[in-house]
Amino acid sequence: MSELTRLTAAELAQKIHSREVSAVEAAQAHLDRIAAVDERVHAFLHVGAEAALASAALVDESLDADTPPASPLAGVPLALKDVLTTTDMPTTVGSRILEGWRPPYDATVTAKLRAAGVTILGKTNMDEFAMGSSTEYSAYGPTHNPWNLDRIPGGSGGGSAAALAAFEAPLAIGTDTGGSIRQPAAMTGTVGVKPTYGGVSRYGLVACASSLDQAGPCARTVLDAALLHEVIAGHDPLDSTSIDAPVPAVVEAARRGAEGDLHGLRVGVVRELTGEGYQAGVQENFDAALRELEKLGAEVVEVSAPHFQYGLAAYYLILPSEVSSNLARFDAMRYGLRVDKGASAEEVMAATREAGFGPEVKRRIILGTYALSSGYYDAYYGQAQKVRTLISRDFAAAFEQADVLVSPTAPTTAFPIGDKVDDPLAMYLNDLATIPTNLAGTTAMSVPSGVAAEDGLPTGLQVMAPALGEAVMYRVGAAYEAARDAADGSPFATRIPEVKR
Amino acid sequence: MSAPTLVDFDDVVDRYDPVLGLEVHVELSTNTKMFCGCPTTFGAEPNTQVCPTCLGLPGSLPVVNRAAVEAAIRIGLALNCDIAPWGRFARKNYFYPDMPKNFQTSQYDEPIAVNGHLDVTLEDGTVVRVGIERAHMEEDTGKSLHVGGATGRIHGAEYSLLDYNRAGVPLIEIVTKMIPDTGARAPEVARAYVTALRDLIRSLGVSDVRMDQGSMRCDVNLSLSPKGSGILGTRSETKNVNSLRSVERAVRYEMTRHAGVLDAGEKVVQETRHFQEDTATTRSGRIKETSEDYRYFPEPDLVPIAPSPEWVEELRGTLPELPWERRARIQQEWQLSDAELRDLVNAGALDLVAATVEAGAPSGEARSWWVSYLAQQANTRGVALDELPITPAQVARVIELVSSGELNNKLARQVVDGVLEGEGEPDEVVAGRGLAVVSDDGALIAAVDEALAAQPDVAEKIRGGKVAAAGAIVGAVMKATRGQADAKRVRELIIERCGT
Repeated sequence: MSELTRLTAAELAQKIHSREVSAVEAAQAHLDRIAAVDERVHAFLHVGAEAALASAALVDESLDADTPPASPLAGVPLALKDVLTTTDMPTTVGSRILEGWRPPYDATVTAKLRAAGVTILGKTNMDEFAMGSSTEYSAYGPTHNPWNLDRIPGGSGGGSAAALAAFEAPLAIGTDTGGSIRQPAAMTGTVGVKPTYGGVSRYGLVACASSLDQAGPCARTVLDAALLHEVIAGHDPLDSTSIDAPVPAVVEAARRGAEGDLHGLRVGVVRELTGEGYQAGVQENFDAALRELEKLGAEVVEVSAPHFQYGLAAYYLILPSEVSSNLARFDAMRYGLRVDKGASAEEVMAATREAGFGPEVKRRIILGTYALSSGYYDAYYGQAQKVRTLISRDFAAAFEQADVLVSPTAPTTAFPIGDKVDDPLAMYLNDLATIPTNLAGTTAMSVPSGVAAEDGLPTGLQVMAPALGEAVMYRVGAAYEAARDAADGSPFATRIPEVKR
Repeated sequence: MSAPTLVDFDDVVDRYDPVLGLEVHVELSTNTKMFCGCPTTFGAEPNTQVCPTCLGLPGSLPVVNRAAVEAAIRIGLALNCDIAPWGRFARKNYFYPDMPKNFQTSQYDEPIAVNGHLDVTLEDGTVVRVGIERAHMEEDTGKSLHVGGATGRIHGAEYSLLDYNRAGVPLIEIVTKMIPDTGARAPEVARAYVTALRDLIRSLGVSDVRMDQGSMRCDVNLSLSPKGSGILGTRSETKNVNSLRSVERAVRYEMTRHAGVLDAGEKVVQETRHFQEDTATTRSGRIKETSEDYRYFPEPDLVPIAPSPEWVEELRGTLPELPWERRARIQQEWQLSDAELRDLVNAGALDLVAATVEAGAPSGEARSWWVSYLAQQANTRGVALDELPITPAQVARVIELVSSGELNNKLARQVVDGVLEGEGEPDEVVAGRGLAVVSDDGALIAAVDEALAAQPDVAEKIRGGKVAAAGAIVGAVMKATRGQADAKRVRELIIERCGT
């Protein structure tokens, strides 16, 4: 494996900008790595080698002309989740219904990455329409966890997380509706951030649930995530729900955090998100993380969020409701799959949707259609919205007592492929700890917290902060990461095993 | 299905009270669509005014058009409505190929304007106050063209073509409260309301309000209750009512149809019906086995609309002179009686006369042209007065030519005929047809002498002092000059030549 693929994004950018390494060499090293391992990992649905090399060559040309780099990440390769539109690559959202679809426009996130000179290597695998926690619901086959190829990499953004853990890219973009960035990060020993709702534009993000979806950065270190965060965040006039406020200074916060001083900060342990139901190794690593945070000077307090226990139920009413409406447009009339069975438009629509959607998508469309039906709306959707308000209040009260909240990111380590695919409820429980943040529109990240003693698989520490509170969250995440690396004697990424043959 | 039994209209109103409700959709003439930056021009090549958002492409998002919100608030204010300080859009979910997202974004239960009224003047001057329930914003759908098959409808068509240029064009839907107690005048009230609403919206400059082009569309809700009972009947909703005349006819037809159903002891079916322009009847839409469930819920891709009181007041300040205010002003300025004003309004001539006056003509002459000669021409051609191919400025020019003596009234009518025939501007018609008044005395004297010689008995009378007899000679001279002489000058010359 080329040493270039082992570097962090920050290190690689430094080498490219100092002309020690060209952007084309960096891109080629990662394309070679993809060629070598992706057959086994299946992180990518599409690799755009030619476009990636062309984009990298432009960065080199610009550096040759002594133009300052377009961004701190100019020339650094990245893996893009296949839920964001790209004019030069297909966008399938992991679904048959959009197989081969070439969008006529770039998502705002895509456009920002291009403008920043980031090299987009390709599009990563995901659960169909971002519905799932294992990437097994992709219509194009599952992604394998680089730590153990028989295990799931988490989901829905399993492709992006696996690409990082397999050293196929130093950076990736994910989207998080109920934990789809953070849970895969925990499963693969990488870093994933769900920004504040409205912090990153949703324009060009193929919607799962509009009020919950949020794109965010994925990387192998907190600093790399922060660098990417600043590239993709910011107000977008094309997204009404985008926040018109300055982007939090997360890079500065990550650098400050790495200095290792958390005196004066209060870290709240959410009582409802620990203990029963959590795998022993997950809980042990979480407790160890709390001790590290205390050593860094933080005051660890216990807080209660009594309504979090209803979060999963509320989520599985709000999400399917929005899904049932958002996915109505896939009707064979304008783009995507078309099954010409039947004489009328309605029959073609029905046949196309029957053939084009997978089981989890259909399950949620049916749930949502039912929840929004006249006579049931108040009992289901209306009630779920009330729970959502209560969860926001729980967060507000907890943030009175603590600057950030922490929990394990997921209750277990990566489970074997095929284990829960026929048990939706067991699958849904994976997102117990991540869902409240989406319902409240706040921000949270997952940072590797070691490997579980019993199975040697990575676990994640979730750090949650108030809306637009990314700076303090990155600071805590980076401080913890530095302390953990110091204790281990090396960066966490060095513990990732080589992808098995 | 057998033809419905219809009851004589007078019989209907003897025994039943009609209850009206009108829902009017108005397409706003904003430069861009409701939720994206695409142009809204009518009649462009199919699917040339589209973008990811109005095509509902995966990943696209809507952004509310501020100009549309402004127009909606101004309509609300002109209709004396309260403007909601906060409101969300909702999604109305149903599958139809001309709707790109398979949901329509619409203000469902949180309309921007509520609880207003519009005073409507009937032909005889009676004023009816129509309550306004609400006015709300929504987006239009695309258009389907069903090709093949006998009916031009989707059922039986060989294939369908879709044009999304109209998809996402901003619409305002204005819904009346129930309009009771109109009796035999229900059809007239319906028509007068739609007319008044059209004039109001036109004066605001926010829509073309062309029913023929679909930028104004009307649904007629009607039910009958047994006279004096106060018990509401079941309503029908008639769509596809595309002209003012059709509004009136649809109400009339539905009243006679409902009465037929009720007289037979049957129940009126609550359904959507379609107005048939050619027969002035309505036919049932497809009967649905289950009622449509639109699964409304708040649109999560948009933030609420929250117009500040300051903004609303600022917009109130931009309201132009409203039609009823303008009528009062014009009546005073032109010194019209109530009846004269009403005639002008009923003839659809008020705007045309006002424009002619603005182009420099005196109001008396302008009125006279539009309500008599031009009204006859419109009637002959079977078109509305404002559809005649002549502009108020052209009429004003003809009036000017008459007052300067270059034309007489007869010639002026010929000039107008020429303009209507497409021969160009009035001055071009004058030149082209050679219609200038003959003012050369030499030519006229010859014609006068000739006429006097032809009618010696009349000439004798004039010479004997009976000046009134000169009329016959004037007529003969005018005939001989094919009307191109100045009659006043002819009369002077006759008297001169007879030496009286």
